[in-house]
Amino acid sequence: MSQSSVDIASPVTVRRTLRVNGLWVLLALVAVMALLPLVASRYALLLMLPFVGYGIALLGFNLLFGTTGLLSFGHALFLGVGAYTVAALTSKFGILSFEIILIAAALLSAVVSLVIGLLCVRYTRIFFGMLTLAFGMLFHSFLFKFYAITGGDQGMRVLRPLLLGMEWRGGKTAFLTGPFYYYALILFALLGLAMWRMTESPFGLHLRAIRENAGKAAYVGVEIFRMRLAAFVISAVYGGIGGTILAVTTGLADPELAYWTHSGNLVFMAVLGGSGTFAGPAIGALVFVVLQDCVMAVTQYWRFVMGSVLVLLVIFMPQGLAGTIGYLVARRDGEG
Amino acid sequence: MHPQPATAPGNAPLFETINVSKAFGVFKALSDISFRVSDGEFVSIVGPNGAGKTTLVNVVTGLLRPTAGEVRFQGRDIAGIGPVELARLGMSRAFQLVNIFPALTVRETLCVAIASRLRRVSNPFRSLKRDGVLQADAERIAEVLDLRAKLDSMASTLSQGEKKLLDIASAFALNPTVILLDEPTSGVSTGDKHAIMEVLVTAARAAGVRAIVQVEHDMDLVERYSHRIVALQAGCVLGDMPPEAFFADPAMIAAVVGTRPRS
Repeated sequence: MSQSSVDIASPVTVRRTLRVNGLWVLLALVAVMALLPLVASRYALLLMLPFVGYGIALLGFNLLFGTTGLLSFGHALFLGVGAYTVAALTSKFGILSFEIILIAAALLSAVVSLVIGLLCVRYTRIFFGMLTLAFGMLFHSFLFKFYAITGGDQGMRVLRPLLLGMEWRGGKTAFLTGPFYYYALILFALLGLAMWRMTESPFGLHLRAIRENAGKAAYVGVEIFRMRLAAFVISAVYGGIGGTILAVTTGLADPELAYWTHSGNLVFMAVLGGSGTFAGPAIGALVFVVLQDCVMAVTQYWRFVMGSVLVLLVIFMPQGLAGTIGYLVARRDGEG
Repeated sequence: MHPQPATAPGNAPLFETINVSKAFGVFKALSDISFRVSDGEFVSIVGPNGAGKTTLVNVVTGLLRPTAGEVRFQGRDIAGIGPVELARLGMSRAFQLVNIFPALTVRETLCVAIASRLRRVSNPFRSLKRDGVLQADAERIAEVLDLRAKLDSMASTLSQGEKKLLDIASAFALNPTVILLDEPTSGVSTGDKHAIMEVLVTAARAAGVRAIVQVEHDMDLVERYSHRIVALQAGCVLGDMPPEAFFADPAMIAAVVGTRPRS
């Protein structure tokens, strides 16, 4: 165990111990999932859908956390925006085209995050975390109290959307584990590809420079405020899209989606997988979803188990699963 | 005596401070500072600890807004404009303490500055690796600053001297008109100091830097490279003169650095 202190508010960066292209890891994961319907049960496939939703949200979350160094404790807000967008459009406005819904969720998340970001990204570390937490709680209160608009604690129903303009006449489970499963998977791959391009661009480099040393970055022409704001908005758009997947899967937009503990879960997933790697947070989402399902099946004290996992993780594996695997492989290769 | 000037001095005023004062509450860090840097000059700012040297650099580089007075760069008032705008106008800065991006490679560190200069960040999908112009520029700057062999090394793994060079290299990567160096060789061994300064001056010549302003304690370096010395004491300009005059004035030397044995 390292003697140096671990700052959970700063992403743990793998110091290039293993040069594995994170995009290939993500695409390999997607390829395995594409083959999963051949062997897995419908229950297992249904479990994979929240993973895809969280995976997309975490790709964005990690642009903010792992790449830019800003830890948001209110990111579930954008999952909520996405979920309530799909709910409102399908059940109140009769818009069923999922492509239009995705665009609307992305735009709405961008607008909301732009307003919040203008107020938050001037601050860093705990101040940024607390402000985002506060906005998350405000949004949750809005969803909870404005019964007439949001359905309050009952939430809002999400009707089955049309994928590429086509209607699915089969049952709900068949829809979710069939066309919607592949649709979500392709979306995950495309958004993963786009995020990879962003992290490997001069734009992504400027974000990393801000994370590493914002004071110096300004002196070499990095526009700190604009870059942080851009990262915040992009991460929110990914969050909104992830939220639509989650809402279609459950058939409900629920205020709990935007609750602060849900934001905590996103942080948990990112730390679990390893925020210093590209694919780490998505792997964290997969392990979290599967672990939560397994533990819930065994005991009602599942939160206790998940909490213990988090404690052990932060103490013994601060680089997360992907980071630790990378480190171990690099060490083995170094010794060999 | 300065046998290797950075560039040949000219007369055009490139950059000047006019009656600049800076107070922190009741404490007056700078009082009525006026000095000019002309095209082609290498100017050293010297003075004992607490004389206001770093405050002056911070005011000049737009990090601090002066309480009174003007800072002009190529005729434009740049007081308090901030580091990003300053870099865009063509003035860059290297820091007293090692100031790097620890988890970025040398290549990436240089690319941060080059991407700013070439305005490559507005399209977030543009490839960094496949940008030939950007990569070639990073390699050219690394070559000039003796960092070519370390291009793909993580900044945190460099030696202290290399970290200093990297900090200076990223300032050069902005293709600045004027470069401000705050003790560029502090924390570096005596042997490495001259090597770093030689690299720096050669790089300045190659990059077309029109003036260098440095804050420096090491009088050997000051004497060897400066065209002019601005001596500060307690926030005031004590003297502004060529090095020959400065080092011929024992009272001036005593006020700025204490007694100095002449070889």
